[in-house]
Amino acid sequence: MKLRRTMLYVPGNNAAMVKDAHIYRSDAIMFDLEDAIAVEEKDSARFLVYHALRNLNYEGMETVVRINGLDTPYGRDDIAAMVNAKPNLIRIPKADRAQDVQDVEALVAEEERAAGLEEGTIGLMAAIESPLGVLNSYEIATSSKRLIGIAFGAEDFVTNMKTTRSKAGIELLFARSHIVASARAAGIYALDTIFSDLDDEDGLVHEVEVAKQLGFDGKSIISPRQIAPVHRVFQPTDAEIEAAKRVMRAVAEARRINSGVFTVDGKMIDKPIIERAERVIELARAAGYRITAEEIDG
Amino acid sequence: MKIVKTGIAGSLESSDVLVTLAPPEGEGIQIDLESAVIKQFGRQIRRVAKETLAELEITDALLSLQDKGALDSTIRARIEAAAYRAAGISSFRWRR
Repeated sequence: MKLRRTMLYVPGNNAAMVKDAHIYRSDAIMFDLEDAIAVEEKDSARFLVYHALRNLNYEGMETVVRINGLDTPYGRDDIAAMVNAKPNLIRIPKADRAQDVQDVEALVAEEERAAGLEEGTIGLMAAIESPLGVLNSYEIATSSKRLIGIAFGAEDFVTNMKTTRSKAGIELLFARSHIVASARAAGIYALDTIFSDLDDEDGLVHEVEVAKQLGFDGKSIISPRQIAPVHRVFQPTDAEIEAAKRVMRAVAEARRINSGVFTVDGKMIDKPIIERAERVIELARAAGYRITAEEIDG
Repeated sequence: MKIVKTGIAGSLESSDVLVTLAPPEGEGIQIDLESAVIKQFGRQIRRVAKETLAELEITDALLSLQDKGALDSTIRARIEAAAYRAAGISSFRWRR
């Protein structure tokens, strides 16, 4: 399982940040060519990210580039440049319908062929940032085999909804729930929106807890300072890890004696509970816990 | 590529370089380099600058580099951006 708890925005025209983006150990780094870049610097940012991706060693970290939309003068050049720079993923902004993803996919595929790359080398993500995008999120989530996830962008969304963001986040509840259900139905990742107040760590943690409880895999973040708090929320507790180990050991034992139904801690264990236990073990291992095969094989 | 006007790219922030590419006063390439690390890296920065201009097929230009500790890849990126601005070209050959 690939962890995508934190996807760190890096302004694509900031040489120092582009150079050092990976040292903070977010799960992914996302170079931004879109909203973080002024119109007169779009070309310069594209050159900087292009050469950085081709020449710098990001130590195996997942690399993502947020391109400009195809409704701008920059989107096509961004795609041509970035396919040749080979990030792991291209993130499409403001996807309102499946066609928005498919238009990008066609250009990416064309550029891959021209560059002699294997088709499908570059993966895609789509950001959903409007009421229309939210309502169409399942069609977007299933629009392309390249699509590994959908991400919620709340800033434009709340403006379109004629509201503002609040601490409680009630204005985002429907959108978040709908997006995560669409992602789950499509079998892809769901990433939550950014939290913009860098000085409010309690607010960030609260928002991540809500997103995790709804089922999100992670969050787009805007500063290295936000990495540790987000990772802490997604890290399973010791009690959760021990409970998951007991489930996995019981599964192994039931298999050995060819038993169908069994209980752990007085609860009947069935497939969804086993899947949750597997996920806890994977998250724990990703967070650095050593869990040996013997510990879960009984 | 012919430099028809002055093109500027980059910044004076740490790890960056401010590149100014202008039409030449005579023939050939003239490079004017300022850097805090000129003793250790001056030769390397000039080499990268010359290679980048050669790849762009620029034979006559006045290139000024105000370096703040930029990586080679950043120097290349900033020179290319300045060159495209200085030549009034918007499309670029990304396949290499």
